[in-house]
Amino acid sequence: MSWWSDRRVGPALGSAGVLVLLIIAGMAVYVTKEAWPSFSANGLAWFGSGGDANVQLAEIFRSAPPFEYTLRAWPLVYGTALAAGGAVVAGLVLSILAALYIVAFAPPSITRILEPVVRLLAGVPSVIYGLIGVLVLVPFVNDHLISTERKESVFYVIQLTGQSLLIATALLTIMIVPIMISIAVDALRSVPSSWTEGALALGANRMRVMWTIGLRASRPALVAGAVLALARALGEAIMLAMVSGGVIFSPNLLDGPTFFFEPIQPFAAAIVQGAEGITVKPFGSTLFAFAAVIMVSSVGLSITGSVVRRRLRKFAA
Amino acid sequence: MTAIQSPPPRQDRPRLRTDPSGSWRAWPLRDRILLGLCWAAGLFLIFVAAAITLYMAFKGIQFLRPNLLWTRPEAAIDQSKSGGFLDPMLGTLLIIVGALAIAAPLGIATAVWLTEYGKPTWLARMVESGVEVIAGTPAIVLALFGLAFFSQGGLGFLSTTGEGGAVFGRSLLICCTVLSLEALPMIVGATREGLMSTPRHVREASYALGKTRAATIHRVLLPTARPNIATGCALGMGRVAGDTAVVLLLGGGTLQLAANGSIPGLNTLQGTGSTLTTYVYANSPSGEGGAPEKAYAAAFLLLLLVLALNWAVDRIARGDGRLGWIR
Repeated sequence: MSWWSDRRVGPALGSAGVLVLLIIAGMAVYVTKEAWPSFSANGLAWFGSGGDANVQLAEIFRSAPPFEYTLRAWPLVYGTALAAGGAVVAGLVLSILAALYIVAFAPPSITRILEPVVRLLAGVPSVIYGLIGVLVLVPFVNDHLISTERKESVFYVIQLTGQSLLIATALLTIMIVPIMISIAVDALRSVPSSWTEGALALGANRMRVMWTIGLRASRPALVAGAVLALARALGEAIMLAMVSGGVIFSPNLLDGPTFFFEPIQPFAAAIVQGAEGITVKPFGSTLFAFAAVIMVSSVGLSITGSVVRRRLRKFAA
Repeated sequence: MTAIQSPPPRQDRPRLRTDPSGSWRAWPLRDRILLGLCWAAGLFLIFVAAAITLYMAFKGIQFLRPNLLWTRPEAAIDQSKSGGFLDPMLGTLLIIVGALAIAAPLGIATAVWLTEYGKPTWLARMVESGVEVIAGTPAIVLALFGLAFFSQGGLGFLSTTGEGGAVFGRSLLICCTVLSLEALPMIVGATREGLMSTPRHVREASYALGKTRAATIHRVLLPTARPNIATGCALGMGRVAGDTAVVLLLGGGTLQLAANGSIPGLNTLQGTGSTLTTYVYANSPSGEGGAPEKAYAAAFLLLLLVLALNWAVDRIARGDGRLGWIR
């Protein structure tokens, strides 16, 4: 009776909640503290372009005590944006179609298969996606989709090995689509049936009803899903490190279709690639700076996403 | 002339032919195209999942040899001598148990406090968004945070240390601690869902019998929410088992479980090791090993584990079958 007394339980449980807040505060403080030398040495130019980031990172890794921190991380920003943005755009299309299918058009037998399928796709570890990517997709793309002429056309800038933007985006899409589907399905199912039945009674067919009423009513959920998926995509490290090659490169849109076969290096993948050298002081600080960028953007995005979602819950009819 | 003329037949727009039975054959073309795309999206997802599962099963059965399961990994260039993945399997188990041992009490306590107490309101709201922030933080960021935090001199007893008191901030125990943060949001979410769906009158009946608040939580509410808690734990376990980034950075990079320290049992936790995920990574072309057959075999086991957890979640959610006792 002494410890498990009624008066102490509330504060005791509350301290668990406070611990969660302390962990977050600690995370912000520690990551920023470690990242600070890299940011303060470069200023805002950190996000700019200039020079070869591969060479800069190698210099940082080698530098002796008057440490060298010069880095222009634009290729990494660009690579992150391309992979994550592309995956979210593709995922939005795929998830809307799949959610409509699950909610309105799939025969019950297929719905019964699709729900575990979506959960499975969400549960497959990223290292398995990466393994399939690097052992199956990369050789396939290298052998069958990239012609020798294409390799020669960009030979003097970058070597095309199949580790490419295309594969990174495709796998990332598969990885983020489940969360978008589950949010979209929840939203479509909570559209008041009086609305859809009204539309049906007015003579609209089922596709029109879902398209003009279902989707329009669940727009906030679609936005929330896209935002949360974007946060997920920004932080995906292992799979991207496995399929995107070890070179920091900015794919050039002017190269035409070759653009899709050029390698990228997002922030999270760069951390994994450099993990071995994290104890080297200036290099570790640079990696922490990458982590700080991911942390700020994905935490911001997930807060935005949950605010949008809470709004939705408040105004749900 | 004066007779009321019947109005000329109106040139109506051709009406959309809508069949009361809703057959798609009667739909306009654009809707039929959209319907086709919906079918394509759904079948594509099934195809992808089936392709991944079947391919991994095929490769797994092709390369999985029983002796891989009970030999320890060795560092050898010759792949016939580099051993199997006994240690990574133990590492995965250890990490699942360890992370859950930390995350479950913390998560359940947080969830109970949020739903049953939740005062002061501003604090509860902050904790609520705090859990969401942890859920949205990528594993790689958590890993770097763990590295920075546990590399401090005072916490050296938790991790592998070097000569002259250097603290590396790397050990299985630290992996467990950091990975528990990944499982935490799922446990909190599932527990809260269970508590919130418990009707008010259940609580009131308990109070009417003279039970205290603490006793109500302990004896009434937690047992009611047990299936939800189990779901949350299973989801969290899946997350922990599938994580690579944290173990890669904080596991210390040895494939074997290398004990560190003098107290038996505890020294394994203080030492370094690997899990199935990092074993797969190390043996893929991205790592050093370059033994894709072993990577496939280990990945197959990992996928089986994930499928089993998925199945458990499914069963608990339906509340029938062999896991029905959890209800």
